[in-house]
Amino acid sequence: MSVRRLAEKQTESFEFTPENKAWLEKQIAKYPDGRQASMVVPALWQAQKQHDNWLSQAAIEKVADALGMAKIRVLEIATFYSMFNLEPVGKYFIQLCGTTPCLLAGSDEIIDVLHRRVGPQRRVTDDGLFSWLEVECLGACCNAPMVQINDDYYEDLTAENFEKLLDNLAAGRPVKIGSQIGRVSSEPVGKLTSLTSLYGDGAK
Amino acid sequence: MTKILVDGVEVDVPGDFTLLQACEQAGAEIPRFCYHERLSIAGNCRMCLVEVKGGPPKPQASCAMSVKDLRPGPNGAPPEVLTKSPMVKKAREGVMEFLLINHPLDCPICDQGGECDLQDQALVFGVDSSRFHENKRAVEDKYIGVLVKTEMNRCIHCTRCVRFTAEVAGTGDMGAIGRGEDMEITTYLESAMTSELQGNVADLCPVGALLPKPQSFRGRPWEYQKTETIDVMDALGSAIRVDSRGREVMRILPRINDLVNEEWISDKTRQIVDGLRTQRLDRPYIRENGRLRPASWQEALAAVAAKTKATSASRIGALVGDLAAVEETFALKLLAEQLGTPNLDCRQDGAKLDPKFGRASYLFNATVAGIEQAGAALIIGANPRKEAPVLNARLRKRWLRGDFKISLVGERADLTYDYDYLGAGPESLLQFIRSAKPVEKLLVIVGQGALARDDGEAALTLAAQAAQRLGGLSDGWNGFSVLHTAAARVGALDLGFTPGAGGLDARAMAKAGALDLIFNLGADEIAIEPGAFVVYIGTHGDRGAHRADVILPGAAYTEKSGLYVNTEGRVQRAFRVVFPPGEAREDWAVLRALSGALGAPLPFDSLAALRRLLFETHPHFAELDEIAPGDHAQVVALANHPAVAMKDSFATAIQNFYFTNPIARASAVMAECSALAQGRLAQAAE
Repeated sequence: MSVRRLAEKQTESFEFTPENKAWLEKQIAKYPDGRQASMVVPALWQAQKQHDNWLSQAAIEKVADALGMAKIRVLEIATFYSMFNLEPVGKYFIQLCGTTPCLLAGSDEIIDVLHRRVGPQRRVTDDGLFSWLEVECLGACCNAPMVQINDDYYEDLTAENFEKLLDNLAAGRPVKIGSQIGRVSSEPVGKLTSLTSLYGDGAK
Repeated sequence: MTKILVDGVEVDVPGDFTLLQACEQAGAEIPRFCYHERLSIAGNCRMCLVEVKGGPPKPQASCAMSVKDLRPGPNGAPPEVLTKSPMVKKAREGVMEFLLINHPLDCPICDQGGECDLQDQALVFGVDSSRFHENKRAVEDKYIGVLVKTEMNRCIHCTRCVRFTAEVAGTGDMGAIGRGEDMEITTYLESAMTSELQGNVADLCPVGALLPKPQSFRGRPWEYQKTETIDVMDALGSAIRVDSRGREVMRILPRINDLVNEEWISDKTRQIVDGLRTQRLDRPYIRENGRLRPASWQEALAAVAAKTKATSASRIGALVGDLAAVEETFALKLLAEQLGTPNLDCRQDGAKLDPKFGRASYLFNATVAGIEQAGAALIIGANPRKEAPVLNARLRKRWLRGDFKISLVGERADLTYDYDYLGAGPESLLQFIRSAKPVEKLLVIVGQGALARDDGEAALTLAAQAAQRLGGLSDGWNGFSVLHTAAARVGALDLGFTPGAGGLDARAMAKAGALDLIFNLGADEIAIEPGAFVVYIGTHGDRGAHRADVILPGAAYTEKSGLYVNTEGRVQRAFRVVFPPGEAREDWAVLRALSGALGAPLPFDSLAALRRLLFETHPHFAELDEIAPGDHAQVVALANHPAVAMKDSFATAIQNFYFTNPIARASAVMAECSALAQGRLAQAAE
């Protein structure tokens, strides 16, 4: 991670949609008077979801206004959490885990694919479909290497199945969330290696 | 109270004390960066680590752990804190090494050098070398306003500045963006800070990351002569330390005075420095053929004497401005008495304050420290944020503690705290007095905006009624509080520098044809219409000097020893830091010389003799740092004084915070601050 700043090219304005506005008002009402600032993370998250998955300066200021906070307080939150994107991202925003277990399991290959297919980090492809970012551990080490695309994890990646995954996403075909090699959650790859006397073929 | 052992010394402290406070009580010194007595506790610098027995078996941040968190020993022995053990020494060295990893080694070119907490503590608690061979991190410098310069490589992330702007100043200007190694202290998108107290963040900064911009690369702290004195930029009388080098004032810093300014001063108090050097009157002038020409003292005094002798007493007037000390006001009053004129006034703004109602009618009776005991506040025709920013911080401090309802009559403004807006004028106030329920310890702040108008007496009466009916007067509490804007005002009112029987007040004196001769002691906020011969005794080439026929150069507040009485009625003494420039002299001496030229010398030859005479006639001036308290009965009498209020809205007394007196108007730094503030106003209006 590097120093996070607001995007150079900003959108003119930001306005919550009527639905989101209603949602926001309902949520704000849950907080005691003077404690609305506690709402800042959900409010920013909603703003980001509405705004093509990134937060503009106008959106940050809108949230500050809605919650009665100083603008710098909201900027602090938005720059602190890496889940808030401060610049435009692709329709499919790929967060790649490059931390030790994924690295050992071959995340370098995935990075190569991304460099070839998408380009350098933090740049959106011309068709607006993809952008990617290397992030710290996402906690799916059992199924390394893995990426997070928007809200979902895609695990047990290889260069081949990852490229197929990108093809499918680009073509709008349905894709499988989770392990790409048919593994159920984090069960052992191949066959059972422990507790064989209780489960599997060797079970009594 | 809880017993605790600090390095074997037993102390008895309240349970809610932090370990750091307990250690200080026991005389043990604890190094710290982020901890500050008047800010909330952050616990992020880790410099104050101590070893505890009766708590977790690891070094503990003493600022963030309270005494009651510690368990007693197995046999009921008091918990123990060690501040000099090998573990503590190692822990401090470790923390210091970490802090220095990213701190540049630029002490020789850093303005903080010599008064830097990090420098001092690295020397005492650090190690002699570094094991870090990688590159230090680099951080962009930020623009955060015209008063504070940033060198963000030096920042150690103590967040004192962030907490100050959020808590004390109440503007929430600063923040820390990013995280971890990428954390950076900044304002929102590098906008200028908006607080009138922003200069204090440079004092709070324990390193050289935030520095006073106007004093960049001017000098080293050890070169300065330090003089402890009193500020006159507002009527609060903040305790300041003026640093000078040779004949020049270099900078102004706050001094701690818990009764008045705690340890903050406003930006005007702090950065007026360049105004003390520019536009100065350093020799007498006489107007000839419509133009001022330099003259000698003899010539100037002779010209004044000739004019005085040719004028009848009833056509002579005397005005006292906002920055005059008690001594020269007293001297001018004696001179006026000698001449036999009843035309005296110290209220150039036309405020309807009068000593005839008693001292309680014009003092901030609740006292500044008393604000913290108040139960509710009613602000009438005042904008404390502009009229006395440090006092406003005190109000905010009380408000933050909760259960403190503030109501306001007058102009709406952002005061950094919430208030109920009652309305703009006397009618809303009257309605509030009739309908509101009494509360305990009501604080009624009445500003010059409500008093400096034709029906000011009625506003004063209404304020007294509010205090009387709504709980402002009770045993041990007098909540009737006049907020002054002029440092000289209370002292001059104490002296009775108001029109005598049949005398004219300031506004009447300034009218064309009212008088033939006016002695103007630094009154620059009043436009004297053409006609009268004006003798101006003052410091700066400002409005008063432009209108003058003879200018007698006087001394600014840093150039004379004098008494000032603040808005609470506290008598404080200012000291001479440097000498007046050129041929300028201390004002009392100018008046003494003038009386000599008139052939009737005033009865003193030295400041000491003047003060003796002053203390004889007005003994309360001798009680330094004391307040002669106002009488409840005087407020009650004032409440019963018949007066009819008009309907006009109250206006705020100060339009431009940065330009309230001639020194401020001469300062380029204040002009810059003002331009920024005006720009913000214009932007807000769009």
